[in-house]
Amino acid sequence: MAGTAVRRGLSGRAAAGPTRALRRTLTWQVATVAAVRTETASTRTIELSAPDWPGHRAGQHLDVRLTAADGYTAERSYSIAAAPGEPLAITVQRLDDGEVSPYLTEELRAGDQLEVRGPIGGYFVWDADGPASPLLLAAGGSGIVPLRSILRHRELAGATVPARLLYSVRSLADVIYRAELERFAGGVPVTYALTRQQPPGWTGHSGRVDGALLAGVAWPAAGLPGSAPPAAADPVAYVCGPTAFVETIAEGLVQLGYPPGRVKTERFGGPGGS
Amino acid sequence: MNALDGNAIGGLLQEVFGTEMTTATGICGSCGATGQVAEFVVFLRAPGTVARCRNCSAVLMVIVTAHGMNCVDLRGLADLAVA
Repeated sequence: MAGTAVRRGLSGRAAAGPTRALRRTLTWQVATVAAVRTETASTRTIELSAPDWPGHRAGQHLDVRLTAADGYTAERSYSIAAAPGEPLAITVQRLDDGEVSPYLTEELRAGDQLEVRGPIGGYFVWDADGPASPLLLAAGGSGIVPLRSILRHRELAGATVPARLLYSVRSLADVIYRAELERFAGGVPVTYALTRQQPPGWTGHSGRVDGALLAGVAWPAAGLPGSAPPAAADPVAYVCGPTAFVETIAEGLVQLGYPPGRVKTERFGGPGGS
Repeated sequence: MNALDGNAIGGLLQEVFGTEMTTATGICGSCGATGQVAEFVVFLRAPGTVARCRNCSAVLMVIVTAHGMNCVDLRGLADLAVA
């Protein structure tokens, strides 16, 4: 599919055509790009101005639709990077053979328009005014995006629920939101697993997340020997990343005693922390 | 082909059903396993979008979009209840 977007001339503006008579619960709306910010060599955060946006919960996503002049359309789903109440933003990683992400990360400029619909999802969400269970957040690559929304929501809401972040990524240069995560670090310990490349003198974890690392970072599941209520009571885990990463972490957490229902998972395609 | 999960079709299902569906609970018609739609195994690039049971891999849902219409096949589900 390489280069398809360019050949087809995909853009965020819908081609002229008949308008749908039926108004659905979930409708496409035109959003204007307010700003594009470089996060890493392959990721950009796109701030969107969407006048009809109804608001969202931390962890939800939205669909983006690009339309070519000939009417061909491509839709993709992206996690929302902003906390509830903040200006809408998504963070997109470029997939070299992608049809949509190269346009979003390289072509898109402030003032451009995109069709979006959302917010979408009710499973992989966290509300600051919900149960005060300790939060274990595990990200593989750009799986950090919805977890960043959760962390910002936690901070903006003044929530005191303890949280930890385990972030598997190829190298430090691939860490998205690095400065922000370090700022959170006082309240939210961040543990990196650098899978491909480590800086000189790196004392953190090298390679993929293994059972020992996971056991060291995860809150003890309630009822297990060594758990110390109330701090470790009934933790809930949010795991987002490439499918293989999510499967590994979710299985590891269940082995550590987490009930499957307390491990919320979201899988996506493309490269990640592997 | 990369297997995703039901979160990836939250928008499509909301379009089809008119409500948030990733928290809906489905029962597999083949093995009887119960799971939330977000936990279904989802393939986006099959001929159409296919959701399979995480327990037995049976096909639960097939949605094919053509000419602006969604063709929805739910025969693999014994039940589907909105949360």
